[in-house]
Amino acid sequence: MKRPKVTGLRRRESWQALPFLLPSLLGLCLFYLFPLAETVRASFMDPLRSRAVGWGNYRALFQNTAFRLAVRNTCRFLCICIPALLAVSLLCAVLLGAAKRRAVFFKSVLLLPYAIPVASIVVLWRALFSGKGLVNGLLVGLGCRPVDFMGSSAAFWVLIFTYLWRNNGYDMLLWLAGLETIPRPLYEAAAVDGATPFQTFVFITLPNLLPTVVLTTILSLVNSFKVFREAYLVAGNYPQESIYLLQHLFNNWFLSLDIGKLSAAAVLLALGLGCVVYLLYHFWGGGQE
Amino acid sequence: MPVLILGLLAFTVLWPLWFTVDGALMASDELTAALGPALLDTADGGYAVWTILPSWPTLQPLAELLLDTPQFFSAFWNTCLLAFAQIAGQLVVAAPASWAFAKLRFAGRRFLLLGYIALMVLPFQVLMVPNYLIATRLGIYDTPLSVILPGVFSAFPVFIMTRSFQDVPNELLEAAKLDGATAWQIFWKIGVPLGYAGIFAALVLNFIEGWNAVEQPLLFLKSQSNWPLSMYMNDIVTGNLGIAMAASLLSLIPAMLVFLYGQTYLELGIQAGGIKA
Repeated sequence: MKRPKVTGLRRRESWQALPFLLPSLLGLCLFYLFPLAETVRASFMDPLRSRAVGWGNYRALFQNTAFRLAVRNTCRFLCICIPALLAVSLLCAVLLGAAKRRAVFFKSVLLLPYAIPVASIVVLWRALFSGKGLVNGLLVGLGCRPVDFMGSSAAFWVLIFTYLWRNNGYDMLLWLAGLETIPRPLYEAAAVDGATPFQTFVFITLPNLLPTVVLTTILSLVNSFKVFREAYLVAGNYPQESIYLLQHLFNNWFLSLDIGKLSAAAVLLALGLGCVVYLLYHFWGGGQE
Repeated sequence: MPVLILGLLAFTVLWPLWFTVDGALMASDELTAALGPALLDTADGGYAVWTILPSWPTLQPLAELLLDTPQFFSAFWNTCLLAFAQIAGQLVVAAPASWAFAKLRFAGRRFLLLGYIALMVLPFQVLMVPNYLIATRLGIYDTPLSVILPGVFSAFPVFIMTRSFQDVPNELLEAAKLDGATAWQIFWKIGVPLGYAGIFAALVLNFIEGWNAVEQPLLFLKSQSNWPLSMYMNDIVTGNLGIAMAASLLSLIPAMLVFLYGQTYLELGIQAGGIKA
């Protein structure tokens, strides 16, 4: 007697939800879902998208030196910048807890770079890191040898620094939210047992932060693709070899209308990201129970 | 000790801000003498140097930029248009959709929400070619709309707003339903006033995104008259240093104002992404 009534109500609610969702769904289909399907299709077609070429684009991709360089650089970049960011921002979050009165001030200041427009730092970054720039001036003043930041593999580390600088506050906030979920009594019990601050951190804070680690990693990964903005504005379409990232490659293939290879690379990128995110989620789910 | 380390990191943030203010107030010849070695090819020998204060503060470069540089004006307004139009559109499109995800029960809700999250993770580069084709097909290539429209329908604000709508107490909604309120009335009279924090959070985050956009304008805006600040800056940085510094400062101001007044919401928005996705 009760069951049909509930499903009837459900159906009515489903209809009610439709006008709320429809504009968003239509736009999402047009600008995101359909393009995604189109990218997959184009990856199996010739550049004019008129003839199917099977796996041809993918084979061409793996033989392409620019693609291999970009993949290698992007992987290297991600493998260094994400762990570094997680460590630095966690350190900041923990230090913030110890800074007491000044915590609010430091929190605001460290979050600030996330909002600083890339347009405003283009001049500064060039002034800092060009051959005769401010950093080299300082290095020479201190009696060190100048570094060719933009023309050698040091460019890679400048990019890492830029990423850390911009995203540190963002990740720090995520850690702070995670730290707040750890029950106070755990710390009190540890203090009673005479644990050192280091022991408390390793045996209480870290294990309880596990869910936060995974989510922060995913969000850092998503944000890491935006580092292209600085890389492009400071170093242009063809930067020093060590910071030639997948994003540069996509941009340049777009300009040269290499649509087949570009689409194949896009599909691989989406798959790669999907796998990483799925594995992280899976791992997180396992860590939770 | 903690304060020392944090202070050092804070310095890396505050110094660039001071650099921008300082540089914008410097006279052109002083600026050329200071940064010329780093930024101009013409300079000889020596390294760039920097002083903590301009020796002779002047508003001349700022005045020159504001009064005599129409390209900057157009870039500034283009950036405003891109950022504000995107968040206005998101307000209209994403807020009702998030309400549906948070509070209405319908078939396939979980599945759809998962789809939104998956599309949110995709970098722009994956979709750039089809997006370009769609823009040409719709006749909006090389107009601000080609950047605005994809931004409006982004899944990201939906994700953030859904979070805060979920916290609206169900009892209120049940009571309103018993009083005969329609679904729209409930959304408008209860959902929006109680979930406004999440709406603001999404808007602040997306304003920052819109103000910072490089990838989309780079591919979709061909005419210089449509360029936003980021691309304009890239173009002028090797020319007149005074103008470049003044333009850096003026690009910074709107973003800093939004940060100043929206910091609470910005923090909320960031943390909304973090807790149990």
